[in-house]
Amino acid sequence: MKLRVLSDYPAIVVLLIWMLGPLIATIYYSLIRYNLLNPRIKGFAGIENYEFLLTDFVFTDSIYNSIQLLGSIIGITVVLGLLISYLLDQDLYGGRLLQLVIISPFFVMPTVSALIWKNLLMHPVNGYFTYLLGLFGLPPIDWFADIPLGSIIIIVSWNWLPFAVLVFITAQQSMSLEIKEASKMDGAGHLAFFFQIYLPHLGKAIGAVVMIQMIFHLNIFAEIFTTTTGGPGTQTTNLAFLVYRKALLDFDIGGASAGGIISIVFANIVAIFLLRMIAKNMNSD
Amino acid sequence: MKSNRVLLSILGWVIGFIIFFPILWMVMASLKTEIDAVATPPSFFFTPTLENYFVVQNRSNYLNYAWNSIVISVFATLLAILIAVPASYSFAFRPTKRTKFKLVWILSTKMMPPVGVLIPMYLFYKNMGLLDTHLGLILIYTLMNLPIVIWVLYTYFKDIPQEILEAAQMECDGLLKIFLYILLPLSKSAIFSTSLLSIVLIWNESFWSLNLTAFEAAPLTAFISSYSSPEGLFWAKLSAASTLAILPIMFLGWVTQKQMVKGLTLGAVK
Amino acid sequence: MGSINLVGVSKSFGDVLVIPSVDLEVNEGEFVVFVGPSGSGKSTLLRLIAGLEEVSKGRIEFNGQDMTNLAPAKRGLAMVFQSYALYPHMSVRENIGFPLKMASMPKSEIAAKVQEAAKILNLSEYLERKPRQLSGGQRQRVAIGRAIVRQPKAFLFDEPLSNLDAALRINMRLEIMELHQQLKTTMIYVTHDQVEAMTMADKIVVLDHGNIEQVGSPLDLYRAPDNLFVAGFIGAPRMNFLDGGEASRYNATTIGVRPEHVQISKSSGLWTGKVGVSEHLGSDTFLHVNVEGQQAPLTVRTDGEVQLNYGETIYLSPEEDKIHKFDNNGKAIR
Repeated sequence: MKLRVLSDYPAIVVLLIWMLGPLIATIYYSLIRYNLLNPRIKGFAGIENYEFLLTDFVFTDSIYNSIQLLGSIIGITVVLGLLISYLLDQDLYGGRLLQLVIISPFFVMPTVSALIWKNLLMHPVNGYFTYLLGLFGLPPIDWFADIPLGSIIIIVSWNWLPFAVLVFITAQQSMSLEIKEASKMDGAGHLAFFFQIYLPHLGKAIGAVVMIQMIFHLNIFAEIFTTTTGGPGTQTTNLAFLVYRKALLDFDIGGASAGGIISIVFANIVAIFLLRMIAKNMNSD
Repeated sequence: MKSNRVLLSILGWVIGFIIFFPILWMVMASLKTEIDAVATPPSFFFTPTLENYFVVQNRSNYLNYAWNSIVISVFATLLAILIAVPASYSFAFRPTKRTKFKLVWILSTKMMPPVGVLIPMYLFYKNMGLLDTHLGLILIYTLMNLPIVIWVLYTYFKDIPQEILEAAQMECDGLLKIFLYILLPLSKSAIFSTSLLSIVLIWNESFWSLNLTAFEAAPLTAFISSYSSPEGLFWAKLSAASTLAILPIMFLGWVTQKQMVKGLTLGAVK
Repeated sequence: MGSINLVGVSKSFGDVLVIPSVDLEVNEGEFVVFVGPSGSGKSTLLRLIAGLEEVSKGRIEFNGQDMTNLAPAKRGLAMVFQSYALYPHMSVRENIGFPLKMASMPKSEIAAKVQEAAKILNLSEYLERKPRQLSGGQRQRVAIGRAIVRQPKAFLFDEPLSNLDAALRINMRLEIMELHQQLKTTMIYVTHDQVEAMTMADKIVVLDHGNIEQVGSPLDLYRAPDNLFVAGFIGAPRMNFLDGGEASRYNATTIGVRPEHVQISKSSGLWTGKVGVSEHLGSDTFLHVNVEGQQAPLTVRTDGEVQLNYGETIYLSPEEDKIHKFDNNGKAIR
């Protein structure tokens, strides 16, 4: 017993403080009138902040954008991830090196990836894509003006595709060689194998990739901050960026906190499923 | 069969090239002159120069930001490891009925979106004078990575056969000796690679670093974003700075890819 | 100085009672084997003696002194584990010397003791290797070496041979027996393999569901099993059991007769049966005979050269004085 006090308690106590402190504070701030610029705005607000936020078109836009970001990025990374990891499973020449090459973007910090895409690739005049389009006689695209949200989706997907690949590769390693050989004996081609055996085997891994990305991408921030700063208009403002803008640009602490609480609620809905899956996995140890 | 393998390999490498291209292009741009960097059509063949790398340091004090990144990621990692080792040890070797619940709860703290708690943290840091300080970021990153570090260490510890610890129990008098002579040497490499994982994650974190630092304690993530403002539009120099910021960590990332999966999927994938 | 006494020892994990209550005496210098199927509590009992599990109730005494609550390292016992439990980061030399280092023995003395143990166990050439560079048999020897150097009051073996292949197992069995002859130290050995128990033990303790079914010398258990469980567990191939009319002829609920105690004849005998499959081992042949009125086929040992065809009718007669009788509680009737 004495041992336990010295071992896992410190971790649990600091995490408890880290989780509960800010959470309670955020809830509190979301219920009061609080503006850093104007000290005369004060007092209990009740659900006023929430009401104000929920009826604000910027908020509804940001929710819509958040969902679009999540859905597209997850869709792209999972589908491409499955195809690429299946390909990597095929005993290619230099396969191990290729794997390193393919997972590399994951280790590029978000601000760097945002800037190299914005300036070196997607720039409407000097960007490499503009050059490529020109080769085919196509007019240049002003990516961040014409399809701002799409551009951010491309950047984040590039960053996170390696994550999906990595997880799927790990999961497919647990598939025994014998299963593969047995299915070959049964006459399964690539297509049949992919759909009948590979996908079902990776079911859990796909679920994990989807849920983890849901939680992480709720916080997409750096890419927006360094490329579009939420614009044009509200076209690339997601929930995270909205909270940042309300808090650190408009200094409306109450409203920003209400936005924060909404993101916590959303993350928790996803987290329940994810945690249940993790707990189940622990039982099967 | 053989020609099949060749075809698939070519396909794989073409895809690999496309995925890697942005990084390659960036590294190439960093070796160009500013004029070559914006040339249309883009130039694949040019006389490489290291000039940008020197300019980056002189103009923006690059080393200062790099030093911040190093200090913050290393100290936050050390702190997290210090707290996590005893906790993981007790979860792995002295499990109780509540161990599973505790582990899952610890993971659940990782699922709190930073944006949800940005406001109180910002205000708290402002009041405590922790904004734009090393300590401020170190504390946040320690807490942010603690669940992952505990989890990864726990899975490593669980792989140590129980019988080895029992053998040690038969021979060593006291927990401290078991820890020093058996457990620590056995888990050296696990602790090391978990630390690398933690450093990679902190190095690239850019929500808190952008929101809580300005200049003094700003790590590389924040430094790079300063190039997004128009006055910083020097592509070759931006590329040089970016290359410096990501290459060392990309190497660590390659080394720690296994721990990365373990840590980021929080045990949902084995 | 190595007698071990268990007095009313019981153990439960949570609500599950694994060992109801055990009394057992292990004498100085004895080689005692705990044998039983998996889940019989034999390993738990050994771990209670080692101190790796806490006793729920009862007392454990060494040489008459109560040791129930002593830490494992302080009991002066050495244990050899099923997986050998060698420390992977230490060389063979360091592994063997580790318990001495923990006992703060001077370095020169440790070196000498390690040399000596290595010589006995034929490990001298391997002292600088890491465990992963050794074969299964060599690892086993290192584990034993680590136990020997401590000069323990008693050795505890937890299924030490079960990870070795058949040939090596027989070899190591002989080596451990040889070691016991040289050291004359008390040894407690846990196994699920009754052949190991029969060949090695001075005294066998047969366990089932945490209860001691019988304690005795190998031949005692073979000749006079106390109950159906022991009768069925000791001896290979298994004893044949018959019930119904055949048993009531002997005033018993069940009778048992070992395969080696049945005579076969092509003309006449007590039981009539048809030959099923036969196993030819060369030295012996084991016939599986389907006897009329019995559900399970009887196993019969005959001469290695006997040739009988599948389906042939033969007659069997048990040796009357070797028949074991059991009442309806499964207890032996003597």
